[in-house]
Amino acid sequence: MPLKILPKESVPLFVDNLLRDYEVIGPLRKDGFYVFGSVRSFSDMELDYPITIYPAKKFFLPPRESLLRFKTGEKVSVEPVVEEPQPKVLFGLHPCDLHSTWLLDAAFLQETPDASYEARRRHTVFVGLDCLKPCDEYAFCKDMGTLYVNGGYDLFLTDIGDAYAVDIGSKRGEEMLERYADTREPTPSELKRLEAAHKEKEENFSNRLKFDIHNLPAILWNSYDSPYWEELAQKCLGCGSCTLVCSTCYCFDVFDKVELNLQKGERIRVWDSCLLEEFAKVAGGLNFRPSRVERLRHRFFRKGKYLTERFGKVGCVGCGRCTRNCLVHINPIEVYNHIYEEQQKSAA
Amino acid sequence: MDLIYRPRLAQILEVKELTEREKLFTLRLEGGEVLGHQPGQFVEVSVFGVGECPISICSSPTRGPEFQMCVRAVGNVTNALHRLRPGDYVGIRGPYGRGFPLQESKGQDLLIAAGGLGIAPLRSFIHYIMDNRSDYGEVTILYGAREPKEILFKDEISLMQGIGRCLLTVDRGDETWEGHVGVITTLCPMVTVDPSRTIAITVGPPIMYRFILQEFFKMGIPEERIYVDLERHMKCGVGKCGHCQINGFYVCREGPVFKYSEIKDLPEAI
Repeated sequence: MPLKILPKESVPLFVDNLLRDYEVIGPLRKDGFYVFGSVRSFSDMELDYPITIYPAKKFFLPPRESLLRFKTGEKVSVEPVVEEPQPKVLFGLHPCDLHSTWLLDAAFLQETPDASYEARRRHTVFVGLDCLKPCDEYAFCKDMGTLYVNGGYDLFLTDIGDAYAVDIGSKRGEEMLERYADTREPTPSELKRLEAAHKEKEENFSNRLKFDIHNLPAILWNSYDSPYWEELAQKCLGCGSCTLVCSTCYCFDVFDKVELNLQKGERIRVWDSCLLEEFAKVAGGLNFRPSRVERLRHRFFRKGKYLTERFGKVGCVGCGRCTRNCLVHINPIEVYNHIYEEQQKSAA
Repeated sequence: MDLIYRPRLAQILEVKELTEREKLFTLRLEGGEVLGHQPGQFVEVSVFGVGECPISICSSPTRGPEFQMCVRAVGNVTNALHRLRPGDYVGIRGPYGRGFPLQESKGQDLLIAAGGLGIAPLRSFIHYIMDNRSDYGEVTILYGAREPKEILFKDEISLMQGIGRCLLTVDRGDETWEGHVGVITTLCPMVTVDPSRTIAITVGPPIMYRFILQEFFKMGIPEERIYVDLERHMKCGVGKCGHCQINGFYVCREGPVFKYSEIKDLPEAI
């Protein structure tokens, strides 16, 4: 793929140029943590960030959005809400967050495309940023096969010291670079530095999963009746924090909100969580996943088996956000390894 | 791009009280558009301001542009539906999902077992069979309700008997009831089928499946010739919201009608 060099001193101008035509979303420091947020100038951003609390999905799948507006009463009418989204640049997304977008696209753009997701997605430019070292002890991207990206971005930056090597991933990315950035061709020594950065990256990440990720669906399925899930559910608080910060969770709920005059209202979509008790309940009160163990297991199976088999890609990107935010430290990699070892033991 | 969450408006033409809890709604889409459903499919029904819920269609597509839903008042939306009158409008999305095996059943005998409200989606198929009678072999209908006053579509029983055997039972009789008393499986000894040419279809409450399936197995009907209709809360209808998931399946897309052989290894199914 075509490669350009963007000197670090040219990045502020690039971002400030982008701000003329785009809303730029980047990693911001907030109360000692990092979040993706709207930047007013390059200086707001901290590109050397480990990971954000929330993933970037809220920019194309907002936590709360209106799907329809309706009028009730004598003359019922209904109109869809399709806003023409502001063009956005998501700047500095790490490989795990790029991979999760692939999965959300599979869910929202295949078969029956979701118009508001599609519009927001179409108006979003992705500028990725490579991770050269693990963000912390919770990340397990290498195990999930998301440490490296092969497309799924418009531009992808790799830090090579005093400059970024920019991989151009799309025509749009190429045009954007030409229009807004001061880049040049790489020198042989810069190409060498890029190679060295890749090598260093490879060495910095270690595998933590004790088996081949391709076996995850089968290993999970074999664990269905394992008492371990019960043990884990005893710990789990059922709070849904893991689903809230998950970059690949996309379940939603829909409800009607009526204005006080009862004449008009909106149909609202909000994020939902399969860990919450109401999730699989039907009218009449029957709950198809009444216990926490069933709900917790469902979440693990959805990531490691159901979505994996449906979309041909593991439904977890190993970003580790769930573990970082879990009050009782439930960690997928430990869970996967535990059930694997349990099965090894019982086979021996 | 299709706006997948936009309902079409439909007008309620008629509301008929079937029992204390169920009403039959006859509707027509605005502009006389045909719904275009298959028996066994469902729609998402909106009562604007209250919400949306999945309801199966209980009329046959062979019967013109109007369609019918038999609704039990059990949740927010269905209770609101029960308050509506002819002339009122609701929203309709769909039809969604995979319905009954119309094609696979052709030339075959049919054993249909309905429990309670399960008769509603099956009525769509039964009417379809009536209107295409020569396409199907012998038809046996078993229908169980809890009490005589809960029997749905009472006035249509004789029509159903016109296409084959139709056996009724109630869990508990009353002073007026002269028919069979007992759960639906107690009708099974009265039924003889040729398992090699029979397709069995059952719709009812989850608890019923465990028992009626055993009866189908006893009759020798192979697993891949048995169909069940599974209930879940299909919120979006298009395989996205996650609410109707049974292990890896979305009921709204891959169901609600499943071959037993497809779901028998899914612990969450039955």
